[in-house]
Amino acid sequence: MNKKPKNVAVYIILTLMAIIMLVPFIWMVLTAFKTIAETTQVDPFVVFPSSWQFGNFAEVIKAMDFIRLYFNTILLIALRVVLAVVTANLAGYAFARLEFKGKNLMFGLVLFQMMIPAQIFIIPQYVIISKLHLTNTIFGLVFPGLVSAFGTFLMRQAYMGMPKELEEAARLDGCSIPQTFFYIMAPLTKSSMVALGIFTSVFAYKELMWPMIVCPDSRYTTLASALAKMQGQYSTDYPELMAAALIACIPMIVLYVAFQKQFIEGIATSGSKL
Amino acid sequence: MNKIAKTGREKSELLWGWMFILPTMIGLIILNIYPMFQTIYQSFFKTGDFGKGNIFVGLANYKKVFGDAEVWQSLWNTFKYAIVEVPLSIVIALILAVFLNKKIKARGFFRTVFFLPMVVAPAAIAMVWKWLFNSQFGLLNHILPFKLNWVSDPKIAIFSIALIGIWSVIGYNMVLFLAGLQDVPRDYYEAAQLDGATEIEQFFKITLPLVSPTIFFVVVTRMIAAMQVFDLIYMVIDYNNPALKKTESLVYLFYNYSFQQGNKGYGATVVVVLLIVIMILTVIQLIGQKKWVYYN
Repeated sequence: MNKKPKNVAVYIILTLMAIIMLVPFIWMVLTAFKTIAETTQVDPFVVFPSSWQFGNFAEVIKAMDFIRLYFNTILLIALRVVLAVVTANLAGYAFARLEFKGKNLMFGLVLFQMMIPAQIFIIPQYVIISKLHLTNTIFGLVFPGLVSAFGTFLMRQAYMGMPKELEEAARLDGCSIPQTFFYIMAPLTKSSMVALGIFTSVFAYKELMWPMIVCPDSRYTTLASALAKMQGQYSTDYPELMAAALIACIPMIVLYVAFQKQFIEGIATSGSKL
Repeated sequence: MNKIAKTGREKSELLWGWMFILPTMIGLIILNIYPMFQTIYQSFFKTGDFGKGNIFVGLANYKKVFGDAEVWQSLWNTFKYAIVEVPLSIVIALILAVFLNKKIKARGFFRTVFFLPMVVAPAAIAMVWKWLFNSQFGLLNHILPFKLNWVSDPKIAIFSIALIGIWSVIGYNMVLFLAGLQDVPRDYYEAAQLDGATEIEQFFKITLPLVSPTIFFVVVTRMIAAMQVFDLIYMVIDYNNPALKKTESLVYLFYNYSFQQGNKGYGATVVVVLLIVIMILTVIQLIGQKKWVYYN
């Protein structure tokens, strides 16, 4: 009987929270379509642009060469995902299902890497790239993500959760270890691979410090690091800054809304499996 | 015959085991293990001008760190950020998770909205919030009954940044809690209802103890992440912001010394200090968990 009013309170709180989460995004969109004059007008305060200024987008796309930034970011993501999924799959399977000398020590190194704050690796990683004259290259961007300790751990968990009978049946049928892995086991961990792929993509897309250091030239850098650069240049032109921020985040938001289940599982649930 | 077959299998596992882990292990050694020792090694050197010539200085960098007021201030800034961001984001997320765990309409919608900031680059999030915080033309000073210099007042700027941090991570924590809540058996609540327990009592007596392992996991991982805060501060606080000294975090200092001022030796020392601080905090939490985490 007193269930109704309580639920009303729950809905009110949830709705308020949803508004708090959405207002910054809405404000970003509204600002991106305003003129500078409208954003710096206080009395009356302008909420909706009087006419929608698509010119802000054209302006920043030209000024920042966003086509190029998209290309760099997508290439970075694609390479990191392929490398992480391939290497982590192989290593994850070996750690989960094969017995060999040195396994525990090597897996200890994997766990160790996961527990150490990433900043401790950055100076030497930069020095390596710098000595190889690979700053401002896509290889430089990809470098810290050539392999993935986290992915290895995640894939190991996936393989450990699989029934042993499958492998034993394959072995009795005369399958070698690589055959068992490629034909029987690997295809069964697709959902974990998707989770790892999404996790890797979002991480690479959000990263700021590494691309700023290794690709300071805005032609070779990523969306996130180009935003940082742009903020320094256009510090008060908020319509253009918001247009740039919107262009940088809209593809990931669209993908997220389309594949929200996979995204939430990929990012959050893989985190909780640690 | 059987024995030969077995050793054949063992040999094969040894060979393929190593073949399979080799790419990952080589990568980890080059990308992480060697760099970690290199960073520690570097912290005993002073980087010469123009990045040339490392001069061995022993523990001088560490002595300097302990006497460096800016490092202490940045450690304090980092703590302030973490001590606000971690508990508040966890409490709010837990409440939202409990709400969404009820039979609620539009559950999927709320979950999607709350999680949204997780897929947006912090650089973009920080730009938007910087604009919302703008003292003259920002939305917040217009719709709120009070006006603040959100990010330029040295007293409150770090908390404004923590606010962005909380807003960004609520959805992530919430999803982890939702997963934890799935494991709480429904009949516990039914039994409690029969005994006449209110929903609030049920939350403290059933939900909280049973999700405490999840809470512990989130506290530990969020704490480690919060101690490494950089992106938001770097994006929101300009070089000439009067609040810079009261907001720069340890990682911000590390970035500045190593890559802006070219003093990699001192930068390395700062990051080693960060590593030690994080390790101490984690160990304290691992010891402290016995007092409040409930494993059935």
